[in-house]
Amino acid sequence: MSTAAILPPRRLIARTLGAPGAMAGSVILVVLVIGAVFASLLSPYDPNATRVCPRLAAPSLAHLFGCDLFGRDIFSRILHGAQLSLAVGLLTVAISLVAGTIFGMVIAFLGGRIDRIGVRMLDVMLGFPAIVLAILIVAVLGVGAFNAALAVGISGIPRIARVVRSATLTLVGREFVDSARAVGAGQTRILRRHLLPNLMPIVIVLGSLDLGTAILSTATLSFLGLGAQPPQAEWGAMLSAGREFMRYAPWTMIFPGLALFLAVMSVNLVGDRLSHILDPRASKHD
Amino acid sequence: MSALLEVTDLKTHYASGGTTIRALDGVSFTLAEGEVLGIVGESGCGKSTLGRTILRLVEPTSGSIRFQGEDITRLGRRAMIQRRRQMQVVFQDPFGSLNPRHRVGEIVVEPLEVHGIGDRRSRAARVAELLALVGLPADAAGRYPHEFSGGQRQRIAIARALVLEPKLLIADEPVSALDVSIQSQIINLLAELRVRLGLAMLFISHDLSVIRHVSDRIAVMYLGRIVEIATTAEIFDNPAHPYTRALLSAVPHTDPARRRERILLPGEMPDPAHPPGGCAFHTRCHHALPRCAVERPLLTLRPIDGGAAREVACHLIEGGKGRDV
Amino acid sequence: MTDAPLLAVEGLSVAMGGVPVLEDVSFSIAPGETLGLVGESGCGKSVTALSIMRLLPDPPGRITAGRILFDGVDMTSLDIKALRAIRGDRIGMIFQEPMTSLNPVFTIGDQIGESLIVHRGLSGAAARAETARLLDLVGIPAAKKQLGRYPHELSGGQRQRVMIAIALACSPRLLIADEPTTALDVTVQAQILDLIGRLRVEFGMAVLLITHDLGVVAEFCDRVAVMYAGRLVEEAPSARLFANPRHRYTEALLHTMPAANPPGRKLPSISGAVPAPADRGAGCIFAPRCGFALPRCASELPPLTDPPHRLRCWNPAA
Repeated sequence: MSTAAILPPRRLIARTLGAPGAMAGSVILVVLVIGAVFASLLSPYDPNATRVCPRLAAPSLAHLFGCDLFGRDIFSRILHGAQLSLAVGLLTVAISLVAGTIFGMVIAFLGGRIDRIGVRMLDVMLGFPAIVLAILIVAVLGVGAFNAALAVGISGIPRIARVVRSATLTLVGREFVDSARAVGAGQTRILRRHLLPNLMPIVIVLGSLDLGTAILSTATLSFLGLGAQPPQAEWGAMLSAGREFMRYAPWTMIFPGLALFLAVMSVNLVGDRLSHILDPRASKHD
Repeated sequence: MSALLEVTDLKTHYASGGTTIRALDGVSFTLAEGEVLGIVGESGCGKSTLGRTILRLVEPTSGSIRFQGEDITRLGRRAMIQRRRQMQVVFQDPFGSLNPRHRVGEIVVEPLEVHGIGDRRSRAARVAELLALVGLPADAAGRYPHEFSGGQRQRIAIARALVLEPKLLIADEPVSALDVSIQSQIINLLAELRVRLGLAMLFISHDLSVIRHVSDRIAVMYLGRIVEIATTAEIFDNPAHPYTRALLSAVPHTDPARRRERILLPGEMPDPAHPPGGCAFHTRCHHALPRCAVERPLLTLRPIDGGAAREVACHLIEGGKGRDV
Repeated sequence: MTDAPLLAVEGLSVAMGGVPVLEDVSFSIAPGETLGLVGESGCGKSVTALSIMRLLPDPPGRITAGRILFDGVDMTSLDIKALRAIRGDRIGMIFQEPMTSLNPVFTIGDQIGESLIVHRGLSGAAARAETARLLDLVGIPAAKKQLGRYPHELSGGQRQRVMIAIALACSPRLLIADEPTTALDVTVQAQILDLIGRLRVEFGMAVLLITHDLGVVAEFCDRVAVMYAGRLVEEAPSARLFANPRHRYTEALLHTMPAANPPGRKLPSISGAVPAPADRGAGCIFAPRCGFALPRCASELPPLTDPPHRLRCWNPAA
């Protein structure tokens, strides 16, 4: 394990921001989060109020990003959409991380038949393309932003579980785990106090890299009409609604698309940097 | 002296890729209270598996382990956790055996927490006491293992192992990863603690000079079995088994007076998945008889020319009554 | 010793990332001679070996001063092409871990043959015949059948034998062996040292044996050089050095060994630890840990005395 894996949080943040890409990513991310949190204060109009401006009006000083088919202010909708998109993204990642980490860690630790069956289950799940799996889950649970998060979250479990499982296997082979058993520590204690803290760097990296994909996947589901439902402001749903007017009112797609792009890119920039710092194989001379 | 630990015909077999690896293949010995038994042998002889099996970190295939008169071979997990207060371990790798994300204080206090001993205050006092005992500064408790050198980390591991005041310490190559000048510090520490705390030790090592220095008795292992077991002086002054003799002769010495005429063994230790029949050593033994290839010699008390009778498993040395199967 | 040494290292200094790790190291090896380079981890013995072969990764490693004369040619001034012609041909090298120094995807026959094809220009068939002869020489039975095997199919001892066969393929004049038996068991170590010893006589080659094991050096080498924290502190013929160590570090090191003490007795120990390369003072580097240090030891670097018993110590043992 590299020394970086045991960095205190403050040093970790300082090192993350040390790279220009991650710095830019963090700034964009902070702006997006502020926009989302204070959406009600910052948006000039009610995002769901129709006819605040002419239908499909082009961007102007009064309506920075223009208006949609129902005469709603796109700028206000994007700010409120940030709330939903980011929240749904975080929820999605939380579901895959928590379930995937516990599943991967436990099957690797228990080993033997349980591990073999667990791996087989993961293989079956991985055999499905994640988005198809998510569509299947939504088909069962019904459409909606929350169900979309659940669906994408569940479809992300096997990938996380696989990585965590193999990381756990190498940890279980290390002597401090035997040492814990030798002093009489029970299984729960070993999982919680010895394995989990050592898995955290990997889990953090996986989560940060997955957040971008999660935002994109839930937006995709909304785009397909399976996620957030009208009139909810959500970037994927906005993109979907705008696609019919791409030719003569491109702002209805450009701005939600740009928001999505910036969110995903900034999250990935930060995630890449984190994985570089926390990866034991990464060079220490950076 | 009463027996603290009594191991009888202990076998540990692993399944690996369709074959069975006989890591331990019938090991018997006793260890008295306060005694240090050295277990010596080359890689693949099963010495580390022996330590792990006694601690039940690895489950034995057959045979029995009696600790303080009680058969612990098949104790349930909870009961075994209780027994572990009395038997602790120090591993070879001082970098792998300490959790890198725990502070030294947390590492040393963990056994007390697990067994619910004392309150916060008394635990902290006990940790400070142990850190002092193993020669670490008091402020070590707040630091992480990676801030310490190899020798200091081994001191941390020893403090953790001793915090419960065990009766038995299994030391699995505790100084092999350390430089010569650091080795002596740790050997001294273990020797001192042994006397001070009345510890019995199973001292596992491939290094004959270290084993000689710390052990009261020595068991020599080859391919999952003990081939000879005797007092340290008897083993070194008058080794009986041909393998023991070859092993002792192979050790290079700086002092010409200590060198023995080298007995070069042909080949290497056979694969424990396919041990040879008869005496496991016969494929490399310069004195093997036809009988050695077919009949396994028992580890029994045999009279030795010019030395005390001892337990040795070799057809070349006649006599004795069977003890193991 | 003959007049012209085969290898002469003169005032070699090496820095890693700007920090000096080797300072003013000098020694020589006569043709056919065996020199042991001993010291604890971090003393710079492996850096010395890699510098001689010019295999030190640069950056961060850099030779900052000194010359390395092999057969009269300064290795530090050679270009990569000239170096390649020497490596594996006139200087062979074996390492501690034969598993990682062998390429897992090639057969051992290919790996031994490579050197013969590169340096000797042998054809495939001739190289194979020669390879089989070499394997036979290093004691691998049924050599012809073994050519097609892969490294992972061999035991640790056999892999080290293959490494030796590769090193010896072109009958080098110097063999550099960096901890060649450290990963091996003691009975296998005895076999490998015996093998290197026999081949040394047969090939008339010199050997630079790098190890932390004082016993191995005492039994195997003609002369011994002891290193501590990047400097050579003592050098003498083996028998002389081990019977009468004069540098206080060598003396203390020999005294701490369990084998040098009666069983059960408290071992003498050296207090403290080897200083990190950045924390080495101006005087004798061992002074802070030395039981015999004089006031001048901490401030003044002792000079290296002349052969046959060279040492850097202001207050040596009698």
